Amino acid sequence: MKGVNAVNLVQISNYFLPVLVLLLIGYGYDKKVPLYDAFLKGAKEGMDLAFSILPCLMAMIFGVNLLLRSGLLDSIFTLFRPVFTFLKIPIEILPMALIRPISGNASFAVMIDLIQKYGVDTFIGRLAATLQGSSDTTIYVLSLYFGSIGIKNSKYALKAGLMADAMAVFASILLVHLFFG
Amino acid sequence: MMNHLFGIFIIAGIIFSLLTGNIEAINNEIIAAPRQILDLFLSMFPFMILWSGIMNIAKEAGVLEKMTHWMRPLFRILFPELKEDDEALGYIASNITINMLGIHNASTPFGLKAMKCLQEKNPNKTTATRSMITFLVLNTGGVTLLATDIIAVRSMYQSPNPALILVTTITATLISNVFGLIMDRLFYERSKRRESSANQ
Repeated sequence: MKGVNAVNLVQISNYFLPVLVLLLIGYGYDKKVPLYDAFLKGAKEGMDLAFSILPCLMAMIFGVNLLLRSGLLDSIFTLFRPVFTFLKIPIEILPMALIRPISGNASFAVMIDLIQKYGVDTFIGRLAATLQGSSDTTIYVLSLYFGSIGIKNSKYALKAGLMADAMAVFASILLVHLFFG
Repeated sequence: MMNHLFGIFIIAGIIFSLLTGNIEAINNEIIAAPRQILDLFLSMFPFMILWSGIMNIAKEAGVLEKMTHWMRPLFRILFPELKEDDEALGYIASNITINMLGIHNASTPFGLKAMKCLQEKNPNKTTATRSMITFLVLNTGGVTLLATDIIAVRSMYQSPNPALILVTTITATLISNVFGLIMDRLFYERSKRRESSANQ
């Protein structure tokens, strides 16, 4: 893949949503769906849905932000620095690895910060980008999805999700080593 | 679980900043948080209304059934509890497809709709079902094939090869997703064994 192709790829992504909307509406028109009525009905449901998740958003973001702002996580990393140096895991990436399951916006900001600080095509720059792209916000999605339908006992969901996240971190480190040396 | 997490985050955060004298940051956060959450909500809210509207057209046209049909072999393995024509599978298929294209904001309404459908058949309304958890693991694994936002950032910082990162993001996503789904299955088998031995 050359740089030119990459720019094209970003441009191509501009087509996804317009084409998706065209296909869906066009197909509905072809199937003689009452388009306007169907849209309004769905939009009303979407509105109710959005309001029902507002309390979950409030709770989750409030809790997560207090934890992030307190500086507790940074102190924990400093404490365990020798262990990670020994395992050849770059310590700079750890705050991001820990924030990734909690908040997509926060980890995106950390990614940009790391790329700025260490360079876009350095080991840490590539690792940050890979990490951001390889997993999603487990805790946030869990509280949102289960909260919206009133699930209180999530059983083993968080455990399985976080183990997948941990695997994403290990796989990212390993793959960036393998592919980019 | 969320009850513990919520409590731990807040208590640990406040106590730690009391100990380190960093209380000003926490104070500012408590003042600023509601506004921040409102901003996030406002950025999602119109998205959800628009896409729920468009998707209802697609639903009434029968698109969801078609998508479910294409993904049937995969769903048979992942969601053995659900019937092949289950409405939830249509929303799950849409959610996964849109996530793959990296448009996460647009995928949330389908994820929520899928959960709502699964909840209708849930005998115990406060406990997650097997299918709910599998869908959640699949969703939080972040099956992104085209991470356009990351490519955009990389080209912004003048990488000669912004999209090269897809090699590692896609491979890492696949590895962690397969791992997550295997763990999900193992945990399920274990919880089933526990329940059956508790019943005897």
